[in-house]
Amino acid sequence: MGMLDKKYHDSNIIIVGLESALNWARKNSLWYEQFGLACCAIEMMATAASRYDFDRFGIIPRSSPRQADVMIVAGTVTMKMASRILRLYEQMSEPRYVISMGSCSNCGGPYWEHGYHVLKGVDKVVPVDVYVPGCPPRPEALLEGFLKLQEKITGETILQKKESVK
Amino acid sequence: MLTDFGYILLFIVTGAIFVGVALFVAKLVRPDRPNEIKLMTYECGEIPFGDARVQFNNRFYIIGLMFLIFEVEILLLFPWAVVFKEIGWFAFAAMFVFVFLIFIGFIYELGKGQLKWDIPKPRVPRYVEGVGVVDDDYEEKKVNEAVLQTE
Repeated sequence: MGMLDKKYHDSNIIIVGLESALNWARKNSLWYEQFGLACCAIEMMATAASRYDFDRFGIIPRSSPRQADVMIVAGTVTMKMASRILRLYEQMSEPRYVISMGSCSNCGGPYWEHGYHVLKGVDKVVPVDVYVPGCPPRPEALLEGFLKLQEKITGETILQKKESVK
Repeated sequence: MLTDFGYILLFIVTGAIFVGVALFVAKLVRPDRPNEIKLMTYECGEIPFGDARVQFNNRFYIIGLMFLIFEVEILLLFPWAVVFKEIGWFAFAAMFVFVFLIFIGFIYELGKGQLKWDIPKPRVPRYVEGVGVVDDDYEEKKVNEAVLQTE
């Protein structure tokens, strides 16, 4: 454990200032782990390319989970891939977030009923922060998902214990 | 009054303070929850196995070298084939000499036994009741020991 991480019961005026500064830093450098599972990955690449330009939000791809903050689960999560996704998630450095992109990773999508090999939602193995609907979602939808994640990070408490937040 | 080395000392001390403060503040605010999977070697999500250092048999060197020679030969054959009609028999003779020289080299290499690939007999450990895991020459060693003892 870090020395001050989740150690305080009450909000502290100095600490709140520090927290908002940290949140600001974190939400503006959401580096995502570079892996795609299916056709959603094509939309993800389109979002990263010049027209939609992830880079203007400080969102850049990283090839190692050690350097990544966000995991975009872009596509169909098969049973075989699920254990790998869990391992990759665990190997990411904290704080870490997960964006579930597209119907397949949200709930199984078109494989919901007869997909014997598809995990019915990636939230069964990793905690998901933002669900982006669509099959596949348009780049705007993924960007919206990132904006929602930024909102979520803004309200995050870093030093306070979760249960003592009012 | 500070000497020139005094200034250097000041710079070293200031640098150390800056680094120390940065590391200390990071230690204060960062989350630090290591677990077994997080500390595991990153291997694209797979479970890592074996050693990072992979050894190749150095006999591949000769194979690779020979491959390179014949590849270059083929590379030279392509432009030769394009201009073959214009230059005619001279081109044919030149290329024939070239290929023949390489062929001589190939024969020489075969004669030297460079392409012979002796495969050493692998040691296969196995389980013997009451003794444990042993090498496959376990019986021979046993017999030798018995002979030595009787002598």
